[in-house]
Amino acid sequence: MALTNEIVQQKLVEKFGDQLTHWEEPFGMLTFTAPKEINLKVLQFLYDDETLQFQFLTDLCAVHYPDKKGEEIAMVYTVHNLAKNIRVRLKVYTDAEKTEVFTTSALYEAANWMERETYDFYGVNFIGHPNLKRIMNVDEMDYFPLRKEYPLEDQTRIDKDDAMFGRDGRGI
Amino acid sequence: MRPVRFNNTPKEALISTSLQVAELPDGHQGDGFFASKLSDVIGLARKNSIWPLPFATSCCGIEFMATMGSHYDLARFGSERVGFSPRQCDLLMVMGTIAKKMGPVLRQVYLQMAEPRWVIAVGACASSGGIFDTYSVLQGIDQVIPVDVYVPGCPPRPEAIIEGVMRIQDLVQNESMRRRNTEHYKALLNSYGIE
Repeated sequence: MALTNEIVQQKLVEKFGDQLTHWEEPFGMLTFTAPKEINLKVLQFLYDDETLQFQFLTDLCAVHYPDKKGEEIAMVYTVHNLAKNIRVRLKVYTDAEKTEVFTTSALYEAANWMERETYDFYGVNFIGHPNLKRIMNVDEMDYFPLRKEYPLEDQTRIDKDDAMFGRDGRGI
Repeated sequence: MRPVRFNNTPKEALISTSLQVAELPDGHQGDGFFASKLSDVIGLARKNSIWPLPFATSCCGIEFMATMGSHYDLARFGSERVGFSPRQCDLLMVMGTIAKKMGPVLRQVYLQMAEPRWVIAVGACASSGGIFDTYSVLQGIDQVIPVDVYVPGCPPRPEAIIEGVMRIQDLVQNESMRRRNTEHYKALLNSYGIE
């Protein structure tokens, strides 16, 4: 029997009830939001359940929404059931000041590097991660460059201070 | 009639017009002797046997490949021997975007070169970061190593790279033999944190 979005949603609601919100299906991909405290429980259930079997972590990344107060950083997990070829997207929101989220690196080996990358660019603090340090940027970097409060341009640069390069004194 | 009109009127090569010989430095000569300054002779020798070390990371490196090819032929300037070991080379040619994470690597390559050494920054990225005005890209290699000649362009044409090499040749020929021992030069290296 083919695994459909309806079955997945029904299973998840049976298990977690009202905690899971914002159900939608953009381009046919089941997407929902969970409180950040139970991100690991939801993923573990998706992994272990006999009918669900979402055992492949396709992607894990963050998105910064500076206008959403209290839930500025969205963590997006995309998991894949390779046997049935169906994907599910889980979103978890967290405060930009308190970014503690449980690591999924014990569940998915692939999460190790992806979480390091997410920490590197967004400063998400993954609790329990075995080696949470920068992976892409230089070790000396003291900020998280893909957060929106940091302009794209290199701010250490002093020779480009004209309006053409976006440095007309306005700041961001 | 040949179908293609290439080389159907070959010219006789004249050694007097087709062979370029390096110019003699100033000096006195007579029967069987030539007297000149040692520094001029060394400058002449160094100038015409520069071993380049290509540090090519992006599209400027492709232009350099054209420069080394038979059409533009950097070998005409005595630089056909491209070395891939920094310890044997005289001229570090940095061609392409240098990410901040690549900075220490570039610096290490520079430190492994023996004196006297020269550096040429080819293209906008190596010279100033170019269009990559962003958190991950080094804004010009002169932030980590001293640079002798900058070649502008994005990427520069092979003619421009050759022009840069010729400017390096001028520096090599005219550099004082004692320059690398001066306090001024040591202060320059110290400003980059190199002892």
